[in-house]
Amino acid sequence: MSKSLANALIALGDDHLILGHRLSEWCGHAPMLEEDLSMPNMALDLLGQARNLYTYAGELEGEGRTEDDLAYLRKDREYKNLLLVERPNGDFAHTMLRQLYFAAFMQPYWQAAMQSKDATIAGFAAKAVKEIAYHIRHAGEWVVRLGDGTEESARRMKHAVDALHIYTDELFTVTDDMAICIERGLLPDPQAMRAEWQNTIAQIFDEALLTVPEVAFPQEGGRDGRHTEDFGHLLSELQYMQRAYPDMAW
Amino acid sequence: MYSQGLIGADTTTEETEEFLAAFQARIDREEKIEPNDPMPAAYRKTLIRQIGQHAHSEIVGMLPEGNWITRAPSLRRKLALLAKVQDEGGHGLYLYSAAETLGVSREQMTEELLAGKAKYSSIFNYPTPTWADIGAIGWLVDGAAIMNQVPLCRCSFGPYARAMVRICREESFHQRQGYELMMTLAKGTPEQKEMAQDALNRWWWPSLMMFGPSDSDSSHSDQSMKWKIKRFSNDELRQKFVDATVPQAELIGLTMPDPDLRWNEAKNGGQGGYDFGAIDWDEFWRVVKGGGPMNRDRIAARQKAWDDGAWVRDAALAHAEKRRARAASATLEAAE
Amino acid sequence: MSTQHMPLWEVFIRPRNGLHHKHVGSIHAPDDEMALQAARDVYTRREEGNSIWVVRSNDIVASDPDKAAENFDPAGEKVYRHPSFYDIPDEVGHM
Repeated sequence: MSKSLANALIALGDDHLILGHRLSEWCGHAPMLEEDLSMPNMALDLLGQARNLYTYAGELEGEGRTEDDLAYLRKDREYKNLLLVERPNGDFAHTMLRQLYFAAFMQPYWQAAMQSKDATIAGFAAKAVKEIAYHIRHAGEWVVRLGDGTEESARRMKHAVDALHIYTDELFTVTDDMAICIERGLLPDPQAMRAEWQNTIAQIFDEALLTVPEVAFPQEGGRDGRHTEDFGHLLSELQYMQRAYPDMAW
Repeated sequence: MYSQGLIGADTTTEETEEFLAAFQARIDREEKIEPNDPMPAAYRKTLIRQIGQHAHSEIVGMLPEGNWITRAPSLRRKLALLAKVQDEGGHGLYLYSAAETLGVSREQMTEELLAGKAKYSSIFNYPTPTWADIGAIGWLVDGAAIMNQVPLCRCSFGPYARAMVRICREESFHQRQGYELMMTLAKGTPEQKEMAQDALNRWWWPSLMMFGPSDSDSSHSDQSMKWKIKRFSNDELRQKFVDATVPQAELIGLTMPDPDLRWNEAKNGGQGGYDFGAIDWDEFWRVVKGGGPMNRDRIAARQKAWDDGAWVRDAALAHAEKRRARAASATLEAAE
Repeated sequence: MSTQHMPLWEVFIRPRNGLHHKHVGSIHAPDDEMALQAARDVYTRREEGNSIWVVRSNDIVASDPDKAAENFDPAGEKVYRHPSFYDIPDEVGHM
């Protein structure tokens, strides 16, 4: 049981670590100085949540794995994050849309997780739900401005939707480990977030003059440890120090 | 009209001797000068140059440390580094704000930086090849910056002084973060200690250069001291930094890369202080003039961010314009 | 290429209820909502406040420093507005 919960929390932790890592790549290179503060704020929220999730998962496992063991010392197939969050930053339109897609899912997810029978998870959720609400607002406002800005920004925003929407179905994946936790009231059911997610996206797209595309071939695999090619490169950066200088304290 | 109102405004003052004397008297009484106050053109110009350079240093300074955010070796370090680099962006922003009250726009200052017309601290033209460089920067570069910045909290120009108060408060964790990182390396494996020592060897002399040329060669110093923009001379601050930092290195078992470094009882009016070796001013000027290892890369990175961001800024402005137009036509319809 | 300037906004933060909003600096933003978000992201990272005001810098009307003497010096003459102007016996205590 606690193994299933640990696995489910690790997958969730991976989403937060990888998206936080991607966002942090922008630091110092944002389109305007104000964004050089906004994006790290979101990244710090996500990385902070990753630490909580990993630490708790490590305790539940009882094998002595720390947050850093989980973050840095697994092989690519052992990371269970959504493909969406590992997609490269692309341009600012891609980054904001990716953020919106994820936040629009996590907001109702954390809201529901506040009712978890596990008090620790409920505690994480109570903190995270406030952070993620701001992420929706920030990313959502940008999606609106870029979608209904200039010709160029509208074109870039549409391109981002084409590139990223195919990864959104995976948000609602229920793994076997998750199913056990849902059954016991420990974690919310991702499927239950679909309506609210669609509603949030529809509202923002409406204002941004964007259309929700029909997806012929949704892409998934991250929850099963099957990643896109870019992921290996992300890991080689993320893990560089731990791999080059093993077993040292930093 | 507060600050942007001044951008492009006529700020010329007739600088009679009485005016200049009255201004100097205000400074001597420790009165703060505020943006709309009459001030000599040279005072304004000096501040725009200095605050602009300071802001650029913060912004360019994000790059060498930003180089390690994605490779930080633990989550704790990753968060600290990301928060620190973000702070530097914030400090650049506060400083641009302070400079903007003097009638220059952030866009204008950015363009001067990108065109190579505005300077920034030469320290950021050195590369960060190893993780220990993050420790060395926090400990030495931020340490030197704090020495420079604390007196600026009392600078005669109000907006600059206020920005510095905020910056100094926020930076208090930066140096500790760097020193703790170096300490961890220094007491780690031999390989880690070597990494720390190597970083110290590379950053020590450039850190001493951060205080600028010797007092005898500094072109702007005298007037800035008189106007209380500066409170201590370059050499005074450099000496304070050396005296504070040498024992910190000893405490963690690292060696300063200076064979001439030795305690001198007679220094600092008998309180004692360190004598240190000659600074290679040729290197300093070479780096200031664009010949450092990373000058081109730093400006290229800023140029790329500015260019790549243009469509985003344009879109945001276009959207704001559309909203205004829609609101105006809605008001019109409602009135009909 | 961007030729327009991103508008400048002045930021005011209320540190906690019971205190005034206080000017803390400025930010650049295209519109109201983004100005509020930028102010939040820049100026409240260390629990500096619980309320933000932003106002376009151009919309601030400021007194003219050249008229500072006529604006503010006359108040200095009105000593009778201050409690120390009035003599009362010490035995009365604090009043």
